[in-house]
Amino acid sequence: MQTEILIAGFGGQGVLFAGQVLAYAAMDAGHEVTWFPSYGPEMRGGTANCTVIIADEEIGSPLVAHPQVLMALNAPSLDKFEPQVQPEGLVVANASLLNRGVTRTDVKAIALKASHIAEALGDRRLANMVMLGAMMPRFPMLTMEQIKTALKGHLPARKHHLLEANYRALDAGAAAAQA
Amino acid sequence: MTVAAPTKPKTTLKMVYQRPEALADTPTHYCPGCTHGVAHRLVAEVIDEMGLREKTIGIAPVGCAVLAYDYFEFDGVEAAHGRAPAMATGIKRVLPDRIVFTYQGDGDLASIGMGEIVHAAARGERITVIFINNAIYGMTGGQMAPTTLPNQITTSSPGGRDVAVQGFPIRMSEILATLDGAAYVVRRSMHDPANIRKAKKAIRLAFEAQVRGLGFSLVELLSTCPTNWKMTPAEAMNWVRDNMVPAYPLGDYKVAPELQKLRV
Amino acid sequence: MTRQLLKGNVAMAEAAIRAGVEAYFGYPITPQSELLEWMAKRMPEEGRAFLQAESEVAAINMVYGAACTGARVMTSTSGPGISLMAEGISYIAGTEVPAVIVDVMRGGPGLGNIAPSQGDYRQVIHGAGHGDFFPLVLAPASVQEAVDLIGEAFDLAEKYRTIVFVVADGSIGQMMEPVSLPEPRPPRRERPDWAVGGAEGRPARRLTSLYLKPEVEEEVNLRLVQRWQAMEANEIRYREYYLDDAEYVVLGFGTAGRVALSAVRAARAEGIKVGLFRPVSLRPFPTEAIRDLAARSKAFLVVEMNGGQMLDDVQAAAQGQVPVRFYGRMGGMVPFPDEVLAEIHALVSEPPTPAEAPRARWLAQMVS
Ligand SMILES: Cc1ncc(C[n+]2csc(CCOP(=O)(O)OP(=O)(O)O)c2C)c(N)n1
Ligand code: SF4
Repeated sequence: MQTEILIAGFGGQGVLFAGQVLAYAAMDAGHEVTWFPSYGPEMRGGTANCTVIIADEEIGSPLVAHPQVLMALNAPSLDKFEPQVQPEGLVVANASLLNRGVTRTDVKAIALKASHIAEALGDRRLANMVMLGAMMPRFPMLTMEQIKTALKGHLPARKHHLLEANYRALDAGAAAAQA
Repeated sequence: MTVAAPTKPKTTLKMVYQRPEALADTPTHYCPGCTHGVAHRLVAEVIDEMGLREKTIGIAPVGCAVLAYDYFEFDGVEAAHGRAPAMATGIKRVLPDRIVFTYQGDGDLASIGMGEIVHAAARGERITVIFINNAIYGMTGGQMAPTTLPNQITTSSPGGRDVAVQGFPIRMSEILATLDGAAYVVRRSMHDPANIRKAKKAIRLAFEAQVRGLGFSLVELLSTCPTNWKMTPAEAMNWVRDNMVPAYPLGDYKVAPELQKLRV
Repeated sequence: MTRQLLKGNVAMAEAAIRAGVEAYFGYPITPQSELLEWMAKRMPEEGRAFLQAESEVAAINMVYGAACTGARVMTSTSGPGISLMAEGISYIAGTEVPAVIVDVMRGGPGLGNIAPSQGDYRQVIHGAGHGDFFPLVLAPASVQEAVDLIGEAFDLAEKYRTIVFVVADGSIGQMMEPVSLPEPRPPRRERPDWAVGGAEGRPARRLTSLYLKPEVEEEVNLRLVQRWQAMEANEIRYREYYLDDAEYVVLGFGTAGRVALSAVRAARAEGIKVGLFRPVSLRPFPTEAIRDLAARSKAFLVVEMNGGQMLDDVQAAAQGQVPVRFYGRMGGMVPFPDEVLAEIHALVSEPPTPAEAPRARWLAQMVS
């Protein structure tokens, strides 16, 4: 089994970090995983994305033309990547920064106001965790518990005071997705 | 040959900003608060004022200004990392009546390109060099530059530049001014409007030196890199004033006699 | 063993530290810089030498100097840096001192870009520099393999007194994967019997690549060829996937190889008998293994992130026993598995003829 997740947004939205949390959780759960970032100067102030592939055998290509899951944190990311998602795939979209919904009808769509939810939790920068949380109920390879354990295990100790807020953001995302 | 007429604002009251003709109508990729854009504008203004746009060839470096040729409306080429002065030499020797300048960062000019810049100056190569000293490698993500200050933290001097291991900052203007081929070598800063005005004057004189065939000319401009310094634009300007200016004194290090009386 | 999620560049740096590297000299260049930055942080912690050189020219000559003392030493860069290092590399080879060089390849030629590429294949297999010499070239396809090969690279460099290149690309340098790092090996204390270090109580030693008498230089050259033969006999490395019953064989190294792996799996799921051959040592090249495969398969498909640089070596190895197709992306473009799968389909539906010119066919397809 192999699952590919493309996470995209503005630089500074924590897109790369959300992918890393997923990758850590996958590694801790004993899966194979690759985390592939967009890199270099083009990222400065611009867009950022990363592809996470989780599998149970040696992973081939670290990039795929058609990911199963798209997490789009802003409008340009949805415009660019929505057409590429696999049929029957999943699109999680940050409705706070969109002026349109998901238009594909052959994918599962979850639109939630992640930035607003994050703001209500006290920090707009938690939108990445809200989005990740929203994906989890529909993500067969990992559980929410595994994500939280990974966060705790891999966040440097000096940042552990942020753990609770991150957990709340994950839960709020999951709740919003199931609402 | 037609020479572009200097562009003058028509109504001085309303016209606050007008794009120099020598500056392309292309948005730059520089970070907010980065002074690369300021330096570009000053060069373009001077080129316009001197009516040189149609005979200028600019040489972009490898560094954040790698795309500088796209931001100017005159001919441009892209050099290998550090080799701009050699490329400029090649162009100038074949086209001696053209105006040839390089635009180089501190890594490009003072690290990998140390050989080329010293020899171009020593030969009295009739080129102009705009030297952007921001004490760091911008493009590659904030590594130590030869001009990085003692104890300054960079991604390749994570504990701060330790002069016992990594050596001392290099003051290029002072070094190059010792060479007989240099006609004009000065250091200016871009951290506030008054200094920017002085910087523009210096750029003008540097090109005047070239036009007059006096020899090698260079203007070192103390610059910001808020992104890799991890500062706001305002903090970065202050950091130039408070830390760079003391380490890199502003001033004229070499001014050929012919330029001393020149009013620009 | 516990796994850590590490970026390729960082993992290679840490692997070198654990292999007991005593000195690192380098110059920043994307997409390799995290390797240098990790060394900047970790080498002083270990009490070992780290220095950011003023250029790649200086970096490789610092490596040259350190290598002459018998210390484990390395540098890392990307294509433009290898170009500048060419002279020093040749001197290191001519002096017969060991060194490890990591090339995290990017799009070229010239300044190119920083995206993943395999455009330096030809440059590194010939060692970039002038004269007759043969570097060992290893090409990982994953972060774990990069870690393992870095560890081996130092041993091989010393065993054959040669330069070992580890050629990754921007993709391997920048991506994160779980890795098991080896146990740290302390730097060796004893020095080889050819190293300089002060002639205390022994006759003076001289290390040079200058041999004014051609007959002496020829002896040196012959010694290099002898070592090269030993490497060819002992150091061939490759990975095989689904080859047991394969009628069609895809060949690719590094990232292109793992992209091809995805395509091969997809084709297998459709019932196509296709396998993957992934050279790990690019020099010595697995010529014999490829020749054997050629004798028992219907067609080859070579996949690269360049214009067919390894293709020439594959064709030479296949000796016309099997028709060869080529698919490449250039300039920093990374192929998607779907593209390679389409090529596998074409291999089955329109089998190549022996007379087919692989590069011409591919080019016509790309520029049409
Ligand atoms: C031969 C070679 N080595 C390294 C590089 C990578 N590189 C690109 S820009 C740069 C340094 C840029 O710093 P600087 O000249 O200070 O300019 P800035 O970006 O700060 O404006 C380096 C090392 C390269 N392109 N070519
Ligand atoms: S990285 Fe630094 S030098 Fe480069 S554009 Fe940004 S602020 Fe300017």
